[in-house]
Amino acid sequence: MADQTALTLLCLFLPVLAALLAPMAIGRFGAAGSWLLALAPAFSFVHFLTLLPQIADGAAITGGYAWVPSLNLSFSWFLDGLSLTFALLITGIGTLIVLYSGGYMKGHPQQGRFLCFILLFMGAMLGLVVSDSFLMLFVYWELTSITSFLLIGFDHEREAARRAALQALVVTGLGGLSLLAGLIFLWNMTGVTQLSLLVNVDDMLRESPFYLTALLLLLGGAFTKSAQFPFHFWLPNAMEAPTPVSAYLHSATMVKAGVYLLMRLNPVMGETPAWEILLPFFGGVTLIAGTVLAIRQTDLKLMLAYTTMASLGLLVMLTGFGAPHAVEAAALYLVAHSLFKGALFMVAGLIDHECGSRDVAQLGGLRKAMPITFGAALAAALSMGGLPLFFGFLAKEEIYYALAHGDLRSILFLVVAVGGNALMFAVAFAVALKPFLGPKVETPKHAHEGPFLMWFGPALLAALGLFAGIFSAVAHRFVSTPMASAVAGQPTVVDISTVPHIGMPLLLSIVTIVLGLLVYLQIDRARALAVRLLEAIGSGPDRGFDHAVAGLVRLSVAVTRIVQPGRLEIYLTVSFILLALTLLVPPIVYGELPDMPSWPSDVLFHEWAFVILALLGLFAVLRASDRLTAIVSLGIQGFAVAVIFLLFGAADLSFTQFMVETLSVVILALVMTRLRLSPTDHRPLGQLLFDAAIAIACGIGFTLFLLKATQGPFNDYLTQFFNTYSKVVAHGANVVNVIIVDFRGTDTLGEISVVLITGLAVLALIRVKAKPRADAVPAAVEEGAKS
Amino acid sequence: MNTVILRTVAPPITALMLVFSVFVLLRGHNEPGGGFIGGLIAASALAIYGIAHGVAAVRLAIRFHPMAIAGFGLLLATLSGFVSIFAGVPFMTGLWIYPSLFGVEVPLATVISFDIGVYFVVVGAIAGIALTLEGREED
Amino acid sequence: METVFSVLIGFFFAAAVYLMLSKHSVRILLGIAIFGNGVNLLLFTAGRLTREVPPIIPAGMDTLPATAANPLPQALILTAIVISFSFFAFLLVLTYRGYQELGTDNTDEMRFAEPKDEPLPPLGY
Repeated sequence: MADQTALTLLCLFLPVLAALLAPMAIGRFGAAGSWLLALAPAFSFVHFLTLLPQIADGAAITGGYAWVPSLNLSFSWFLDGLSLTFALLITGIGTLIVLYSGGYMKGHPQQGRFLCFILLFMGAMLGLVVSDSFLMLFVYWELTSITSFLLIGFDHEREAARRAALQALVVTGLGGLSLLAGLIFLWNMTGVTQLSLLVNVDDMLRESPFYLTALLLLLGGAFTKSAQFPFHFWLPNAMEAPTPVSAYLHSATMVKAGVYLLMRLNPVMGETPAWEILLPFFGGVTLIAGTVLAIRQTDLKLMLAYTTMASLGLLVMLTGFGAPHAVEAAALYLVAHSLFKGALFMVAGLIDHECGSRDVAQLGGLRKAMPITFGAALAAALSMGGLPLFFGFLAKEEIYYALAHGDLRSILFLVVAVGGNALMFAVAFAVALKPFLGPKVETPKHAHEGPFLMWFGPALLAALGLFAGIFSAVAHRFVSTPMASAVAGQPTVVDISTVPHIGMPLLLSIVTIVLGLLVYLQIDRARALAVRLLEAIGSGPDRGFDHAVAGLVRLSVAVTRIVQPGRLEIYLTVSFILLALTLLVPPIVYGELPDMPSWPSDVLFHEWAFVILALLGLFAVLRASDRLTAIVSLGIQGFAVAVIFLLFGAADLSFTQFMVETLSVVILALVMTRLRLSPTDHRPLGQLLFDAAIAIACGIGFTLFLLKATQGPFNDYLTQFFNTYSKVVAHGANVVNVIIVDFRGTDTLGEISVVLITGLAVLALIRVKAKPRADAVPAAVEEGAKS
Repeated sequence: MNTVILRTVAPPITALMLVFSVFVLLRGHNEPGGGFIGGLIAASALAIYGIAHGVAAVRLAIRFHPMAIAGFGLLLATLSGFVSIFAGVPFMTGLWIYPSLFGVEVPLATVISFDIGVYFVVVGAIAGIALTLEGREED
Repeated sequence: METVFSVLIGFFFAAAVYLMLSKHSVRILLGIAIFGNGVNLLLFTAGRLTREVPPIIPAGMDTLPATAANPLPQALILTAIVISFSFFAFLLVLTYRGYQELGTDNTDEMRFAEPKDEPLPPLGY
């Protein structure tokens, strides 16, 4: 058992280790290095495959290591049917993607970096789907956002890629924060920090007054990640990424993280009215919006991107639908979608790679030139269209089983599902057939079959879709049933087979196919209709993002100009006004003003003398009109303070103050003689009165504060402590020195470090000569000289 | 300020002040004094010498760069704090030993070496600042 | 006694704040020096004043005599004096170098880091 735990840990980190080696492997072996790198995910895949029988028997594997035990944080994973299916998809498709990238990016100078990012993402995604503890889930969630940002912005020299990357990061990053808040809510509501333990407290969760808040926050995370309307706009823009990224992140894995979260939470948060209204509603809207937007496109990748959005909508709708068979349908469709959509994206990339174009209008007749690609595309499209024998067919039958109930809500969503599926059918065939059939069209590059590395992945995925459809019993036994049970939160059996049964679902399938065929044959007209419809709706949230970013920059500039006008005087004035208010307002408001003191009769004559001397020094500094007077006056008040220290029993302080004042006067004199300074500071009368008022307010504030403090009883607890132990424990008679070097030694260590650092800073300031600069500074100097 | 009187008087004054600074430093634990005051006195002594004879003479006389002296002081102070590790007590706990030299019991402690560290930091940093500023006058 | 010192400290702070509100960096510097003294006196007074007897335990005794001054604020102030001096030196040199580089001691004209009429940052991606 311990071996299995260690092995699972290794498998979770293998992609990350491979990521570190990627630049080296590619640098050493070129594109062939991808074979080597693919070993890492392949090994993880095999390991997860060996766990499959245990999971299929209904077990759940947990493992992990304590991280911060005192905070109840652990690096712990939880593998049930849902997690394991995801882990298999991630590592399995990941292996194919690494190989595919080897061919797709062959000769690209940054191929190593690209594979490094892909593998890093794989590690993050794998961690996300197996995470048990909330914090680990959140960290991996954010890591997928960051690696996605790096991958979308891979062609960082193009502005569109930079924009798309930033957009994805902002949208999913905000969603991540929302998720974090949601998780904290969950933790506060239940006291549980692990997903696997939530099932024990689901009633507490559903009855909590914060249920809706937590749900909305968690949905914020899931909907942004899974591109649900109205957060869908980042997904099509993310197609700026190289095609392997689109195939992997933006169809098969990352965008499903949101669906994963919803499926994971379904047993504990589902079956409430809010859950069964919000999820189907947003899912349904996303489904329809996605298919309409997909019809409009002519770019292969964009068409696929919008159908991905539609499929995600369908998944969310099913997850939250709440009827029997709904979660089973979602589980089936999720797996089917990963297989066929990954394959189709890779086919799109292959066509683009070999023909130099991925615009449907410019492609045609490729079946002769690219027969294997055509086969893979056709098989994937048949699965996507939901034709018998293919896994997609099972998923669609199950969907219609779940939705065909006859009540109003079911009928509504049934119509949405049939419409969406029909449009997706049309798009699937537009992608898979249009480029291959018909007369041959001249393409920018001479078309021929791609390299093995590139057609192997899509062909295998498409074939898997067929096998899973034919041998559905095996697929159900090991994948669909355990996954559906995990999502449903109770044991459930998926037994739908590819043999058509006469009934409502089959009828609906036929309707879907007929509708889809009609749209496919009239695709140009449908496209024109979609364009007109979208023009009628107007601009979407994508434009809004640009406005928001530009607005944010302008707002920041405006706020900065108000808060930081660049004049020291204003900063200081504001600071001291606040200081004066802090000192004066609370005592007045709360009636804590000090008692009126009586005339001090206990001050001796010579003490008065030095107090007055200090005041004279202050006054002279204020009035000083040349620098020598200012320096000498500053020295006078300093020496007066030193004498005051001496008079009141602080010999150490007095000596120190004397030395410091002497040195201050010396260095002031050294520096000031070299400055040509304006002799007095001319302040206009209004300014003078204003400054004086602030200064006097501060002075009065400190006086009142100190009077109040000294009128109260004196707490000598600390003084007594030092007094008692100075001689007895620390063997020193000079209590001040004992405090400095012994009792508070660590403080003093910090303080002498500060002294040392200021010394270094002074040296650096004097030594470092400004380099000859660009025009900015001389202008400033001239400006200063003029005024 | 490069007068004959100052130049004549500066070396003995500097020497006296340096000796006095060490005296102030070492008696600090039981009488007024300590590392901070001692360091300031020594730094002033060096500053006076620098005003009289120029910065180059001071730099030559103290052999090490002032900042190196300060750094040594900080190192000494930090190490004094770490000695307590060997006694198994927390960082900065003062430890005392009383070795007998020529029949006289001499109390030695990590707090004394710590105070000496403070002394060197203050001498080095403050003298470094003062010498840098004085040195600028010549160029 | 504390009353007199409270008022004296009020004057220290008022003078320091007034100087710091100046446009001229050297006056700000003088203000900071005075401010440091004001803070030290504030701590000293807040620890209560006793005349002349320093907090040194006489030979043969284990604790301070009752008339001795409070050692705690003294320990705080002692390090504060040295640190505020080294900062004072740093600020002085900063002023000096600023004057050398920018040719002014008027803080309103020191606009190198935050120039007037700075253009908008780029709005693209």
